[in-house]
Amino acid sequence: MSTVAAAQSPTPAPAAHPIGLMGQFPRVVRSEWTKLRTVRSTVWTLLATLIVCIGLPVLISFAIISQQRNHPGPDFDAAGFSLFGVFLGQLIVGALGVLVISAEYSTGTIRATLTASPQRVVVFVAKVLTFAVVIAVVAFITTFSAFFLVQAVLGTHGLGVSLGQGTSLRMVIGGALYLTIVGILGLGIGAIVRHSAAGISTVLALLFVLPILANFLPQSWQEHVVKYLPGQAGQAIFQRHADAVTLAPWTGLAVFFGYAVLALVLGAALLVRRDA
Amino acid sequence: MIEVKGLSKRYGDVLAVDDLSFTVEPGHVTGFLGPNGAGKSTTMRAIVGLDRPTAGAVTIDGAKYSHDRAPLTHVGALLEAKAVHPGRSAYNHLLFLAQSNGIDRRRIDETLAMVGLDSVAKKRTKTFSLGMGQRLGIACAMLGNPRVLLLDEPVNGLDPEGIIWVRNLLKALAAEGRAILVSSHLMAEMALTADHLIVIGRGRLIADTTVSEFVAQASNKAVLVRTPDAGALAAALQSRGATVTQSDDGALHVLGLEAAAIGQAAADTTVVLHELTPQRASLEEAFMELTRDSVEYHAGAAPTSVPGVSTYEGA
Repeated sequence: MSTVAAAQSPTPAPAAHPIGLMGQFPRVVRSEWTKLRTVRSTVWTLLATLIVCIGLPVLISFAIISQQRNHPGPDFDAAGFSLFGVFLGQLIVGALGVLVISAEYSTGTIRATLTASPQRVVVFVAKVLTFAVVIAVVAFITTFSAFFLVQAVLGTHGLGVSLGQGTSLRMVIGGALYLTIVGILGLGIGAIVRHSAAGISTVLALLFVLPILANFLPQSWQEHVVKYLPGQAGQAIFQRHADAVTLAPWTGLAVFFGYAVLALVLGAALLVRRDA
Repeated sequence: MIEVKGLSKRYGDVLAVDDLSFTVEPGHVTGFLGPNGAGKSTTMRAIVGLDRPTAGAVTIDGAKYSHDRAPLTHVGALLEAKAVHPGRSAYNHLLFLAQSNGIDRRRIDETLAMVGLDSVAKKRTKTFSLGMGQRLGIACAMLGNPRVLLLDEPVNGLDPEGIIWVRNLLKALAAEGRAILVSSHLMAEMALTADHLIVIGRGRLIADTTVSEFVAQASNKAVLVRTPDAGALAAALQSRGATVTQSDDGALHVLGLEAAAIGQAAADTTVVLHELTPQRASLEEAFMELTRDSVEYHAGAAPTSVPGVSTYEGA
């Protein structure tokens, strides 16, 4: 075990032909993908997202059809109902987004990462892209599965809707996009605060505490302010109808995406400026 | 070759590294020595671009580290043990590093075998001991087969067998023509490993020299004298400009005069000498002597002379 093993290593290689950004970027993406898939918490967290976002609405739709006397009225939003797991799922996805970068700081991996790739913006962009694609895939599987399973259960009592009906498709796609953006918002905030607990708290505060605080504003302000809060803006995409207190679906999603981009830009700027 | 030029790093009010310049040549193990808090780790972190210098610059083989898109194939660094995710296996840690620098996967198995971790390659690193963590860190540094190596306290946490292994490894790697900078706060360890020494204290360069020169330069040229007539001799030596202290067993420690001059003084004052021994400072003493003023955290008011030696009050 402790023989002098240096002889096994070849003499130092001559300087390789330097590669450019185009050569480096795929390497860094591959590296980030390896990092993401080789910790168990990623896999468990994504599994939890699937179970919560699909399992919960399916279970409750069974409860609804079993209550013979209490059937919902004609105003029942069957598509929106199949997506209500997203409200809980966003907690998990947002936390995972934070952890993807904050865990690198808490474990010291960030120093290995940045020593291997000193181009910090390249690392950050690769990390965001890799994570966004993974979350998007899981999110689309989640919302489409939830929709079809829930409609299948509700359909046994004639309560279901089809994907082509009304705003269903926009809501199901929107739910997946919303989850994806929550994930990258988490990543951006994780890059800013570099601390798991602080990052997750911040995400929770933005999505859940801000709307509560907004209740304390004067009534006349609320209708102008609340719809621009990150969660409220983003959730417009999976609401059936826009009303006076919500933004139009795609406008809302764009505003929400804007917040996420802002967090990412700030996170990237700080990553470049600060000592690792 | 590593060239550090005028490097300074300030953290708030603390100047951790202060206008530091030195060169690490290929083919040698260069020891980077200093008390805790002297700025060794900060300097090493600045060399690989983790910390942004307040002033100055570092080049490695003439190039800036931060411009290198595959730096692991040029520079290997062990900066802290267990800078790894505890839930990730050793193999996967090396895998993501290798992928980011376009290093062949076969090199992962080679380096794991080289540091003796091949049997636990797939185990999550949370199960690793400190020593295994150090071995993994050395594997990371060697992954890209670099020409320049930076190792911050690599023998920390290693058992004696591991220490000897690291020592021999570093010498062998230097013999292959690599430039190696290895930090330690243990002078004795450096004496056995390094050819060249960079000594810093409070972020400043104290010495840039070979191990043997360092000892010669720092040894305080004290002479141990035993005589039945200590009072008379001490007075004679003091009149010739020496500083004389007497220990509990009656021996005199003379500073500032060579052994020959002390013998002459004894003859002139007709004092009998029982012993006249020039003292060579040990490596550890030489290090303490040099860095005494630059130790960040003293253990209370540490005595500057050896315990049991009291200043001679004269006859």
